[in-house]
Amino acid sequence: MIEREQVLHVARLSRLRLGDEELDTLAGELSSILDHVDKLAEVDIEGVEPTSHVVPLENVLRPDEPRPSLERDVALSQAPDPEDGAFRVPSPQAEA
Amino acid sequence: MADLQLLAASGSETAARIASGNVSAGEVLDFWLERAAGDPLNGYLWHADAEAARTGVSADGGALSGVPLAIKDIFCTEGVPTTAASKILGGYVPPYTATSVARTAAAGLPMLGKTNMDEFAMGSSNENSAYGPCLNPWDAERVPGGSSGGSAAVVAGGLAPWALGTDTGGSIRQPAGFCGIVGLKPTYGAISRFGMIAFASSLDQCGPLTRDVTDAALLLGILQGRDEMDSTSVGIEGGVSAPSAERLDGMTFGVPRGLIGEGMEAGVLARFEETLIRICELGGEIVDIELPHAGHAISAYYVLAPAEASTNLSRYDGVRYGLRASDEDLLSMYEVTREEGFGPEVKRRIMLGTYALSSGYYDAYYGRAQRVRTRIVEDFDKAFGLVDFVVTPTSPTVAFKLGEKTTDPWSMYLSDIFTVPISLAGVPAISIPAGLAEPDGGGPELPVGFQIAAPAFGEQKLLEASYALEQAIGFDGSPGLEGGSP
Repeated sequence: MIEREQVLHVARLSRLRLGDEELDTLAGELSSILDHVDKLAEVDIEGVEPTSHVVPLENVLRPDEPRPSLERDVALSQAPDPEDGAFRVPSPQAEA
Repeated sequence: MADLQLLAASGSETAARIASGNVSAGEVLDFWLERAAGDPLNGYLWHADAEAARTGVSADGGALSGVPLAIKDIFCTEGVPTTAASKILGGYVPPYTATSVARTAAAGLPMLGKTNMDEFAMGSSNENSAYGPCLNPWDAERVPGGSSGGSAAVVAGGLAPWALGTDTGGSIRQPAGFCGIVGLKPTYGAISRFGMIAFASSLDQCGPLTRDVTDAALLLGILQGRDEMDSTSVGIEGGVSAPSAERLDGMTFGVPRGLIGEGMEAGVLARFEETLIRICELGGEIVDIELPHAGHAISAYYVLAPAEASTNLSRYDGVRYGLRASDEDLLSMYEVTREEGFGPEVKRRIMLGTYALSSGYYDAYYGRAQRVRTRIVEDFDKAFGLVDFVVTPTSPTVAFKLGEKTTDPWSMYLSDIFTVPISLAGVPAISIPAGLAEPDGGGPELPVGFQIAAPAFGEQKLLEASYALEQAIGFDGSPGLEGGSP
């Protein structure tokens, strides 16, 4: 069971501004999904290594040579608010 | 009539006709552009015109040159809108092209358009698209499956000869099964993921959706290979060639009986059992096997995939591309942009993933799910020590109705019960049509998929066995290939 407060906390971590109704809906849905997921506790994982990746690869290297990348104006072409060759964002501080 | 011949032809048959001078590449492209433009299924999110279709396409690409391809809208295409069916990428025009698309263009395949999908590939019905659901060409009241629903629907509906999709937990195989076509998820690492908009990076894999097994093999041959832009790509040693096997002598097919039965429709089970008999008739042997942990695959997957998604999707923050929905302070801009830009299923998965990775819950959820994944990998290792292939139905049901599973996320997730374990193991699998079946509760017959999985990088053997079985089944149903429009 996941409480509404916890949902709000996770929403903040996720950078999602959820409305009241959405928070309630998600609290119910996430609880129900986690009830199923909690069945993973039945599996014996004593001494089992985690799998993060299935292809046995390590240290894939290439020479560290400079090469052309996206031109600045191309990289900025999709930005909502580019200015002076940079990405502009609103101030981190709310206006008083 | 040339048009109807083109409509019914596979990709390789059309390529052969172009090569022999029977029809020109220009005529083929015009024909398919016109078919795609008349899309009654909402299968396409963007349509190419003749000029855009040919942009960057090699005029002398080789054996398959001139056969146009539909591309899931998850592949970045330079100069062409790419949305991953999300509002947050509305109007986004990528400055570069995905390796898979570059490879098909180099092989001379024009691009017909970008196909509909579940937003960021999260879904099993295509109902999570921000641009409206795609319809199943067999029955417009039913879903085509997902997330590559558009790619499956346009191929089955006679709106494209073949298509590219992506598969994270079943997103190629399940829609291929629901639409009565062939869908191949290659081994993780067989094909570059560069330029494929990321959902769950340890699972995402590109693959073909085609009319037949030969086409799947030929497209895989073009797509596979190491790419220095994706350090996890390794390619398939020796490449891939068109399959020709007629028999299955000496081949063993494992059936995980413990997984099969519960929650399955009677018609799907009947087609599955018939297909096992066909395998025996072709000289193959059926062996009962166990995948003891596969029953936990959906639970593990719905920790791991959302966890990876929650980190991958943190890039959509209104700064560098896509939607920006507010210009208050920075934090509000992030939060409002993401609130308005993402749909409900994407938010659900971001929340689930963030929760599973959050302090105090990481070990209990993410760490545990990774270890259960190891158990599932071991299950498949053991199985492939005993048999050449593992076979299951592709899905427990035929295509379900629009809206039928949207109110209960878990019931939707369970539609991938046979495809997800294979994704977690990273091995290749194909869905081929096994015939038609009535849904439980009655109604017109709909396609049933038969899934075959093979050991990692065993694609050639998988394709040979699939080809032999495909010839024996002789499935020729397709809703869009007779009389014109589906």
